[in-house]
Amino acid sequence: MAQKEAWGSRVGLILAMAGNAVGLGNFLRFPVQAIQNGGGAFIIPYLVCFLLMGIPLLWIEWSTGRFGGKRGHHSTPFILNSLDPKRRFWKYFGVFGIFTNIAVASYYCFIESWTMSYVMHSIAGTFEGMNQTEVANFFARYVDVMKSTTGIPYEAVLFFLLCLILNTSILSRGLHGVEKVAKIGMPLLILFGIILAVRGLTLGDSGASIEHPTASAIDGLNFLWTPQFDSLLNLKVWLAAAGQVFFTLSLGMGSIQCYASYIESKDDIALNAASAGFMNEFVEVVLGSSIVIPIAAGYLGIDWVIENAGFGMAFQTMPYLFNNWGPVLAAFAGVMWFGLLFFAGITSSLAMGTPWMGFMRDEFGWSQKKGAWSFGIIVMILGLPTVLFFNQGVFDEYDYWAGTVSLVVFALAESILFAWVFGMGKGWKEINEGGDIKVPSIYKFIIKYITPVLLLCVFLGALFTPLNNDWVSAFNNLFSGNGWQLDNSSLILYASNAGLKEQIAAATDPNIISTLEEKMFYVTLARFILLGLFLAISALVYKAYRRRVSENTI
Amino acid sequence: MNTSALILMVVTMTVVISTAAALFIKVLRTPPRAEPDSYDENDDAPR
Repeated sequence: MAQKEAWGSRVGLILAMAGNAVGLGNFLRFPVQAIQNGGGAFIIPYLVCFLLMGIPLLWIEWSTGRFGGKRGHHSTPFILNSLDPKRRFWKYFGVFGIFTNIAVASYYCFIESWTMSYVMHSIAGTFEGMNQTEVANFFARYVDVMKSTTGIPYEAVLFFLLCLILNTSILSRGLHGVEKVAKIGMPLLILFGIILAVRGLTLGDSGASIEHPTASAIDGLNFLWTPQFDSLLNLKVWLAAAGQVFFTLSLGMGSIQCYASYIESKDDIALNAASAGFMNEFVEVVLGSSIVIPIAAGYLGIDWVIENAGFGMAFQTMPYLFNNWGPVLAAFAGVMWFGLLFFAGITSSLAMGTPWMGFMRDEFGWSQKKGAWSFGIIVMILGLPTVLFFNQGVFDEYDYWAGTVSLVVFALAESILFAWVFGMGKGWKEINEGGDIKVPSIYKFIIKYITPVLLLCVFLGALFTPLNNDWVSAFNNLFSGNGWQLDNSSLILYASNAGLKEQIAAATDPNIISTLEEKMFYVTLARFILLGLFLAISALVYKAYRRRVSENTI
Repeated sequence: MNTSALILMVVTMTVVISTAAALFIKVLRTPPRAEPDSYDENDDAPR
């Protein structure tokens, strides 16, 4: 008989859960969001949303996972079904909990592979002596598969495949493999993060140069932390804070439920969930705010940071900044920076493989190895378009639909299911069963009313994003009878490619028109791939359901 | 750093670090439940 899957230790489970939550966004998305949303004022709505939406959703996902696990389910389709067995449609909402993981893994493993490659390049001294433009161009060449940065043909594809093989071989060892990586990766990530954060916090104005005479890390810290209380009244800031809390905790993905489904009912989830959640906050708020922005402001000045803050800084700017520390320290800093990003990435991508493996084992009797390698193959097939057509927008399209929209839709559905259909009475008992802490009873009210409303606001905010994300003007226009003008980034206009169509209509150069039309083709292709994946998983869920009906096990 | 930024940074980081540490210490100090529990490292025999 096959061994039953189980976690090795409680600390291992918490580190794996924290590793699932800690991702590249902790170091790159959080400080950028803070800069774009009022600096120090952002942290106040951020922490409020963490307490009102983040922690409650963690408790919801941990408890629904354990509830489903008791009934033999280790993936969200039948976990959701077990919460409300009378209504058949919940299991199709649960498809999101497998779909999102596979689709996100398809592009996430590509980013993870960049970090592997950049660790290698840091050790090899590739960036030594490069100026800022050369470092940025290096990245552009790297993601263009037709060019090579090192002479290795198709380097980006090669590292992507290596990264996938590594993930798959760890996953084939089951939860113990995942736990081992978390136990090694998380302490190293925190250690590397602390070393770099100390450097960021103590850099001061020692990085000023002739090119950037006023550069100072203190300016970066001032910008991040000076409270601008007027922005507390801005809905945009609150939506950005809620969105950041939501994405940083890996909520709405289905991987938390999967991990929690291996916990017995007499064991705690209340303390475990809170501990893993706050560990993520430590990495995000303390380490995430102390590395990229202060170091970049310390060498390039705060004006440059405000203008250029974004995800690309990690790869296009940081190696150049490390060069200021001399070749040996630059190599160490590169290994620590890209190493911590690698550990942040792999502990998350491993979590993305487990729902698929759990589903195929529960429903079709697949072994761990078969589940892991099939996951690897699917991710490779779906991920290659993001590698080969990165510059044509396939990567961004996956990120938008699978890594953003799906999460919010799924989390909104599960919070309503838990609090209103399953019922707060039963739900509260589930959360507290076996608890090593007593969850404050105010959370009964928060989970039932505040969390779903906040999630609904995040969803509606994305659906109807007003022009230039200016909510004050949008409401003024609405109440004065001038209607609601949508921004091209709103879900409604984004889905209809309004931005691309506008660009094509405004372009006069035939080459630019051709490039934009090509992009439109690849964007549509990416959407069809994602739709196909969702329908294929739904078909598997239907097949599993019919099988359960015929075997009378549902 | 200006005073308001310094205060907000120190207060926020202190709250986050102390809460994260307190919760994790509570996890480490809580004795394991009687077997069989969810974790197999402390089992007498492998499952």
